[in-house]
Amino acid sequence: MIAAADSPSSASSSPWHFFGYFMDHRSEDLGWLWTHAWLSVVPVIVGLLIALPLGWLSRRYGWLYPPMMSITGLLYTIPSIALFVLVPPLLGLSSLDPLQVPIALTVYSVALLVRVVADGLASVPDEVNQAATAIGYTRARRLFTVELPVAVPVIAAGLRVATVSNVSMVAIAGTIGLSNLGQLFQIGKDLSTPTAYYPPIVLGIVLCVLLALVLDSVILLLTRLATPWRRAVAAR
Amino acid sequence: MAKGGGGAMIGQVFSWLTDPAHWRDTALDTGITTQLLAHVRFSLIALGIASAIALPLGLFIGHTRRGTFLVAGANALRALPSVGLLVLLTVMIAPHFHGRTDIGYVIPTEIVLVLLAIPPILSNTYAGVDTVDPAVTDAARGMGMRGRQVLFDVELPCSLPLILSGLRSATLQVIATATIASFVPLGGLGRFIYDGLQQQDYPQMIGGGVLVAALAVTADLLLALLQRVTVSRGISGRFATKGDAPAGPIEGAITRVEVEAG
Repeated sequence: MIAAADSPSSASSSPWHFFGYFMDHRSEDLGWLWTHAWLSVVPVIVGLLIALPLGWLSRRYGWLYPPMMSITGLLYTIPSIALFVLVPPLLGLSSLDPLQVPIALTVYSVALLVRVVADGLASVPDEVNQAATAIGYTRARRLFTVELPVAVPVIAAGLRVATVSNVSMVAIAGTIGLSNLGQLFQIGKDLSTPTAYYPPIVLGIVLCVLLALVLDSVILLLTRLATPWRRAVAAR
Repeated sequence: MAKGGGGAMIGQVFSWLTDPAHWRDTALDTGITTQLLAHVRFSLIALGIASAIALPLGLFIGHTRRGTFLVAGANALRALPSVGLLVLLTVMIAPHFHGRTDIGYVIPTEIVLVLLAIPPILSNTYAGVDTVDPAVTDAARGMGMRGRQVLFDVELPCSLPLILSGLRSATLQVIATATIASFVPLGGLGRFIYDGLQQQDYPQMIGGGVLVAALAVTADLLLALLQRVTVSRGISGRFATKGDAPAGPIEGAITRVEVEAG
């Protein structure tokens, strides 16, 4: 923090100086980038693990679908910053507990992905299911080896939305004092009181966008690897 | 506050919210009523400007199929961290304004809110018009309708569910981000969250969170009602066979990715 406070006098305040700022505070920035990446990814994975059974249930038992969608829609409606501060009292945690942000982000991911899983399973053509049943697949085997793989593209679209918006929401958590790339915006704001000091702000935006793009590309790549038949069909 | 204090905290939040003194302005503090109105005002201005830009543009792109790159470009904005953009624009613009007004903070906030509200409205309007069954537009042309009539009498009503779900998505985004505007610092309900945090007055902080959540849920319900009233029953009936909830904010978010990928 002392190094950060010193830098305006020593370094340029031009927005393009963000790389120099990064080199000067490398270890701190990389630590934040690492935390930011974890906070963006882990809630989506946990969220998917929770959403898969819930989405399957609301597809399997049709009467569950409307109430499930109303509840998840309501949760998704609550702004992230409000959910961050509401999670601790509702779960009996202390305010500013390290788990508050991951829990809140997991809630969002579940809210988004339950619908995506249910709609993904619904997108599997009936003939495909009937064919699987006809050649003797049990219900469970059909789910794991036919329905879920066919639903991958729809589920992946939801995962991309959840991950990319998580990157932005984690930065918001930075404004209420959590250590991640959002801290760069806090620092930039604090250093800008007499005149604008851009480097940390621009660096924060650049790193957030890069992180979002990298995570998005990883999901696209995994989707491609998980659905080889789509390429086979396209090539024919 | 120690672990397990959740119950006591909920009581304190409740008494903070129900204390009439917190709702009125005093010489030292701005009350909940004023901040709530400020929050609603920022949000409505941004949504108005964004709709005025994105709705006609989306209809035009969907109707003529020209300029689809604009939709993809607007979607790329989604990767920008809203707080970062807010701080950047504030630092850029605020020093140029002096005196007692907060216009130096209002302008950057409105720019960010408009930028965030455009992508969901634009891509949903485009997707809505784009996915109207070609047989329907052909039939309209066959009946002798002109391009403009096809757009306003056929394509627009058919795409209304998607357009409104985009508007709902944008509204939530704007209300959420207007909360963060208090970080730069501006009025609005976020004031209570950031002030409460700074003063370690957690009932105030959590009370602010409750208010923001309540505002977002209320706005979404109002728009859901608007959707129910304005969407033709012939169209919503068709949608109801697929799953019965009308297209809401989650679809608004997902359509954007499908448009981007497709």
